[in-house]
Amino acid sequence: MEYVARFFIGGIVVSVFAFLGEILRPKSFAGLLGAVPSVALCTLALTTIWQGAEEAKVQSFSMIWGAIALLVYCVFVFVILWKFKINALLLTFAGLGVWLAIAFGFHMLSGVME
Amino acid sequence: MIVTISASSLKNGRWTDYLARFVLGGIVTVLAGWIGSKFGPEVGGLFLAFPALLCASATMIEKDEIRRKRKLGSGGRRRGREAAALDAAGAALGSLGLMAFAFVFYLASPNLPLAFAAAFLSWMLVSITAWWSWRHLRKT
Repeated sequence: MEYVARFFIGGIVVSVFAFLGEILRPKSFAGLLGAVPSVALCTLALTTIWQGAEEAKVQSFSMIWGAIALLVYCVFVFVILWKFKINALLLTFAGLGVWLAIAFGFHMLSGVME
Repeated sequence: MIVTISASSLKNGRWTDYLARFVLGGIVTVLAGWIGSKFGPEVGGLFLAFPALLCASATMIEKDEIRRKRKLGSGGRRRGREAAALDAAGAALGSLGLMAFAFVFYLASPNLPLAFAAAFLSWMLVSITAWWSWRHLRKT
């Protein structure tokens, strides 16, 4: 039941922001909605309801590392797409390795520092 | 430059694209929850900023732009790539807002209604300020 609720709520919230991204111009402004916290809003709200506020707080702290990795990933995709003749689908999927490496790198580093 | 609404861009969209976004949004939210419960909230939290939706939007934007340009009689591959690149640039600025969202939520989280409202407002404020500054710097 929990996962069904997550699926529909996540799908609806993401669709609303995607629709806004579709109609807003210029494109770079609409791109802001590519990093809208739609999944975060749903997940943190549902985590608070089902697992408690403390767990949501821990998730939000880790999310900072994920967001730093997202920044690096987006800059990587922007630079490569702008400079080289490469397919967006291929690049955005291959670039997920960059996101994973940086996000887990920061996560492990924060664990070592603790 | 003023932000405008372009309803005409909806004519280029296909219902399968909207359905794909709905399904992908649902799957990413389910996965974020599943990873959190399986590997703990520290790992789950990382995936709240996972770029799956950006992969989908950049790809769809590239395809839409190519389709639109082909209707007008030109190839459109370069324009498609540039449109996807600009989407990624916007998302890079938005990711600064995402950092602010996570940080403010973490600070305000004992009071949850306040945490959600303050975090979302901080996302908007930081993202729009970053976008405005970027546009301003590009002009000068």
